[in-house]
Formats: sequence, structure tokens, C-alpha cells
Amino acid sequence: MDKRLTSPAEAVAGIKDGAVVMIGGFGGSGAPIELIHALIDQGAKDLTVINNNAGNGHVGIAALIEQKRVAKMICSFPRSADPVVFTEAYLAGQIELELVPQGTLAERIRAGGAGIPAFYTPTSFGTDLAKGKPVEVFEGRPYVQERWLKADFALIKAEAADPHGNLTYRMAARNFNPIMAMAATTTIVQASRIVPLGGIDPEQVVTPGIFVDHVVEVAKPAQEEELNRAGAVYP
Amino acid sequence: MSDVIDIEAIKLSNAQIAWRAAQDIEDGAYVNLGIGFPEMVAKFQPKGKQAIFHTENGVLDFGEAPAKGEEDWDCINAGKKAITIKPGTAFFHHADSFAMVRGGHLDVAILGAYQVAQNGDLANWSTGKGGVPAVGGAMDLVHGAKRVAVLTDHCTKKGEPKLLAACTMPLTGVGCVTRIYTSLAVVDVVDGGFVLREKIPAITLEALQAVTGAPLGTEGPVGELICPEELK
Repeated sequence: MDKRLTSPAEAVAGIKDGAVVMIGGFGGSGAPIELIHALIDQGAKDLTVINNNAGNGHVGIAALIEQKRVAKMICSFPRSADPVVFTEAYLAGQIELELVPQGTLAERIRAGGAGIPAFYTPTSFGTDLAKGKPVEVFEGRPYVQERWLKADFALIKAEAADPHGNLTYRMAARNFNPIMAMAATTTIVQASRIVPLGGIDPEQVVTPGIFVDHVVEVAKPAQEEELNRAGAVYP
Repeated sequence: MSDVIDIEAIKLSNAQIAWRAAQDIEDGAYVNLGIGFPEMVAKFQPKGKQAIFHTENGVLDFGEAPAKGEEDWDCINAGKKAITIKPGTAFFHHADSFAMVRGGHLDVAILGAYQVAQNGDLANWSTGKGGVPAVGGAMDLVHGAKRVAVLTDHCTKKGEPKLLAACTMPLTGVGCVTRIYTSLAVVDVVDGGFVLREKIPAITLEALQAVTGAPLGTEGPVGELICPEELK
């Protein structure tokens, strides 16, 4: 078994128009910039993208939106230091938004990966974001029913990967990456280093390889925050 | 004609409000500070009381901001500002992070507010006026922490009360707030009503009530809210 591929382009080649794509990261930390840019080059459109945010500046997810590839965003916080791309597309009615509280977003993704179709959470009870959702009382407190979230593809940024797809992450770049890796039919990982089998201490594995389909090495990956500070635009 | 009080002149600064909130955090408490104004609370932890701070994107017990130019953008807080690690720091994924929030593991969550109602309803995520809606972790943070405290100016910039009988803006959570630290007072929510705990000495109870949108009850004597002058 060897899940290694040679390039981001090869890794994203199978993503079709209309696909649902989870993209890891919280702001720039943990954002798989090279995979996103390869997806822009590849050309798939009418995508539903699931991420905490909706892009910053003119790189990464913002660039994907700017190239008019995204039909719908599912996210908790579509604002950033420079949110102009999403804001303009949204106000012009060119992109649909499903706004989800951040913890509910995380748990819906986790549930999708864990085979749990629905769950109850106290979050959003009595608010506009609970409208139309079933409510049930447990131990005297009302809870809102939320449904799992699954995707056709997940684009993940890891620190180290081995050929079986076992992964480690780097600091707060972990965020949504491990749960998104679980929740997609096909999980594509860019790792800063690919190490031989045995190169990751089994005690340190965060994402076991069973959740991963493809790994591609991107040494010294771009950091969204640094790209934006330099005024980068993609393509 | 009643005496006109210049609230702007006598009110506490944001730093003073944050200082007052910090005095109530117990040693060893696990605390989440909302983005922006509430983040200031970390600076005013009393000596001998060490809180452990949680940030939604998966870090517990982080260090101070790095020097400019020393940032590692893989190491940020929920406000997307650079932080540092220190002995004791832990990283975890987003589902675990919000399990800490909803699961009742946090002792205190401190948030900002547009409006707070006398029954503890909070509005702090949307003015309801259009634009791009964004909620982040606010609706999760109001559930699960043992205490949910709010830091806020007592009135809006136009002088209208922010403590109300009922919120008019979209709600973040129902009946969730336990204590409000304002620029004029410390107010608890008890059994569906406001209870005044402390007020700044420069304002009378009547004047404070006049800028509050629901009755301020009392339980015993009202304390004096006195904060360090150098934070003004």
C-alpha cells in the first residue's frame, strides 16, 4: 500500500464540477494553499466548499471564489482582514451561504466521519440559526437537532505523512483538518514531509491512515497570512 | 429638570472594565475570552491567581503575543492573532475544542455584547441590518461554561441602554448570561431580573436606573465599583 502521489495537480485531478469539498484550516493556519491553487488550475466549478471562513485576500479559498468556482459556502465566519472577494460575491447574489455556528460545524463534520446522521446540541437554541430545526428537551433543557456533514473530497494540510497516510499536524494548524479527513469520500493530503513507514511514532499519529486516500509532499508550503501580507494574488 | 450627568466623563474605560472582570476569575479556572475587548482581561489577572486560557481554534494555555517579526502563523488564536506556546500548552482539533465549550468543562466565558436582557438573553453576533452574517463560535460559547460574563459599555454610543427588558437584535443565546460588567456597574442576572452588585461612586442609583432598560433590583448593600485610575 502506497498512497503517495507526485504533485498537487495529480492529487486534485479527480475533483468534478458540483463536488462538495471540505478544506481544512482556520484562517490561514492549516490552509492547504497548494492543493487549493491546484484545484483552481484544474478548473472544477459549481463547488460547495466547507471551511470555517470564506477566504482572505486573493489567494487560497478567496482566489477559488474570485475565479467563480464556488456556488455555495458552508462556514461559520465569512469575514477576515480582507474579505472583499466573498463579500462582493455574496452581496451580488453570486454565492450561496449556509452559516453554521463554529462548534456545530465541527461536530457536524465529526458526525459525518463517525457515521452519526444527527445529534442534539444546545447551541443556537432560540436563535435565527435554529429556525425550522427539531428541538427536544433532555434533562429539562432544550436542544436543537443538527445533521451530519459529509463531502466528496477533503483537502488537508499536515506536517508529516507516511505512505499509509498516517498524519501529524503542526501547532494550531491542526484545527478542522483531522475531522475533515474523516468526513470525505476521498481525502487528499499535502504534507510538509513524507517520511518512510515507521518514521512517525505510533503514539504521535493524530490522523490514522484509514481516513486518508492520497498524500503529496509540499515542502515549505505557502502560508496564507504571509502571502496576503505580501499582497499576493492567485493565479 | 433633573441633574444632567455626563456619563461619558465618569464611566470606566474598557481597560478598567476588563480589570474588574479579571478580579473574579478563580485560580486554576479554565477561561475563554471573546475576540477583541474581552481579550484584555488576560492582562489583568491578579497575582497568585493563574487562569488557563482556551481559544476555539484548538489551543489551551498559550503564551503572550510574539514580538513583531517573530510570528509563526501556524500558532494563532481565534482572533487570528499570533500567540506563542509555553510549558503546559496543549493543541487539539476543533471538535475537541468545542467539546470543552459545550461539555461544561470551561469555568468562565467572557464575551462582548450589543444587548443583554434581564432574563440573561444575549445579542452579540448580528445587528440584524443586513450585510454578510458571521457567527463564529459565539453561539457555542454561551452554552456550557459555568459562568457566562459580558463586558460592555452601559449604553450605546447614542446613549441608549444596552441592558434591556428584552433584546431587539437577533439573539446569540437564550437566558445564558450570568454577570454583566459595564462601564458603570456590575450586574447579575438572577431569576429573570437584573440585580445590581456594584456601581461607580460617581453615579446615583436613580441616574443608573435611568440609563438601564429594565429594573435594577438589589439584594443587600450595593458595593462601590472602584478600578485603578491609571487604567482610565
